[in-house]
Amino acid sequence: MKICRVVTPGFFSTVQDLGRYGYQRFGVPVSGAMDTYALTAANLLVGNKREDACLEMTLLGPRLEFLKETLISITGAALSPVIGGAPVCCWQTLQVGEGDVLSFGAPQSGCRAYLAVRGGIDVPMVMGSRSTYVRGGFGGFQGRKMKTGDVIEAHTPRNATKSGRFMPKEFIPRYSRAWTIDVVLGPQSHYLTDSGLDDFFSSFFTVAAESDRMGYRLDGARVAQKSSLKIVSDAIPVGAIQVPPSGKPIVVMRDGQTTGGYPKVAMISTPDISRIGQAKSSDKIRFTKISLGKAQTKLLKYRRNLRDMKTQLIETKL
Amino acid sequence: MYQEAKYLPVGDRALLVEFGTIVSMSINQKVHALDNAISHLKVLGVEECVPTYRSLLVYYDPGRTSYGQLVFTLKDLERRLGDFLVRTKRKVVQIPVVYGGEYGIDLEFVARHHNLDEEKVIQLHSGREYLVYMVGFVAGFPYLGEVANEIATPRLKSPRLRVPAGSVAIAEKQTGVYPCECPGGWRIIGRTPLKFFDATKHPPALIQPGETVKFIPIGEEEFERLCRGVQDENL
Repeated sequence: MKICRVVTPGFFSTVQDLGRYGYQRFGVPVSGAMDTYALTAANLLVGNKREDACLEMTLLGPRLEFLKETLISITGAALSPVIGGAPVCCWQTLQVGEGDVLSFGAPQSGCRAYLAVRGGIDVPMVMGSRSTYVRGGFGGFQGRKMKTGDVIEAHTPRNATKSGRFMPKEFIPRYSRAWTIDVVLGPQSHYLTDSGLDDFFSSFFTVAAESDRMGYRLDGARVAQKSSLKIVSDAIPVGAIQVPPSGKPIVVMRDGQTTGGYPKVAMISTPDISRIGQAKSSDKIRFTKISLGKAQTKLLKYRRNLRDMKTQLIETKL
Repeated sequence: MYQEAKYLPVGDRALLVEFGTIVSMSINQKVHALDNAISHLKVLGVEECVPTYRSLLVYYDPGRTSYGQLVFTLKDLERRLGDFLVRTKRKVVQIPVVYGGEYGIDLEFVARHHNLDEEKVIQLHSGREYLVYMVGFVAGFPYLGEVANEIATPRLKSPRLRVPAGSVAIAEKQTGVYPCECPGGWRIIGRTPLKFFDATKHPPALIQPGETVKFIPIGEEEFERLCRGVQDENL
């Protein structure tokens, strides 16, 4: 079912879902939404399954012309969405008609917004996921970012609905420009000198311009390593913080390489990986050390919260 | 090699089982044996494993198992690893390669670097079987080892921006195959017509971690013929 046509694609818009799991052993990154919390919320607001595919839009959103009446929602970064010339709200169901044009203005907060369409975006499943991996050229919309003239299709919704939904305030995150991020020590944290470890936890780092879906480079304090130590390449999970010889940490994000040889000094807690998906260049980041036990309690609480989200949505007649 | 493997938490959803600190066939075989054991016994709560040179990264769901429980289970498997080593023996995958010329632009350098003629380099490279230590860097890139000391060659000082898909290359004692066109710093000695990664196939990678491969020298005509065959298959 054809849903909308891309008039202009925006800065970097790709189809993403919750990610591609089970293929890291073949060198395939997990990909998926940089902020899976916002993607899940967008899906629930239009009655989709949590894992349905959405459009991830980065800083400057696209201009889309709808070809059919449907329900949509926009969550994540506040990128000043406008339909037919009038500003619209995020984190709620929106009704669009044939010929309506959705466009975006100045980015207000956050980095990545998610557009869900009722039924979920219809692109082929590749290795169990609809996520785009641009560097590998597969998944999502023809393995690439959206461009002018593309037509986005959606699955036929399973049931008819005339109701919309609002997200309760307590489920809507605020994106600041200074992030405090929980980490647990990584398998090679002892590769840092004592002062290196102190610097790592006491400094504010700045997200460098060379930051994308693969990873964030961090400027600021140079984190000192014991010079004699080198590691043989091993697996790199999403959320790993690596320190290369330059001493400038790299946060590995969802399109990052699956293996590498830099020491992994810390691991971002899973819920905070989604949060940091909203960080943008020149934002400040500071890391807080938490125990493994605390990190896992936090993860389970985060999952309960995501489960509750569906039942807490406020229904409304459209 | 460690007497006993080290178990390290890697964030809130993974643990690392490290068998040693260096590149070695016996360490790597343990990695694949544990990987096999986990998938064979369907260990509760394990979601995905990533085997690499000297360690296995085990992703788990902390809602279904705890770190302590999983370490306990894996330590038990580690003691019985011998039972699973056998299963890692698989058939040898043959990889046709056209060596040298435009297909292997660094073959001449490798030969000169070691005072050998090109024919001897080809003979040494294709004369032994290689273990697939791991797959990584880009989707489908196999890290193979080890090449004969006589042809072990350092990487380029600065990587090339574009290495053609199918390039067979050497870096120190490792050899590998670039599955797609990408930047790379390894010394290119030949090219295979085989497609090493295909996102639409299952599994997507031509060769799996833990398998054994052997390179078979072929001529240019054979290469072109095989390339056409690979294309036809994909129509």
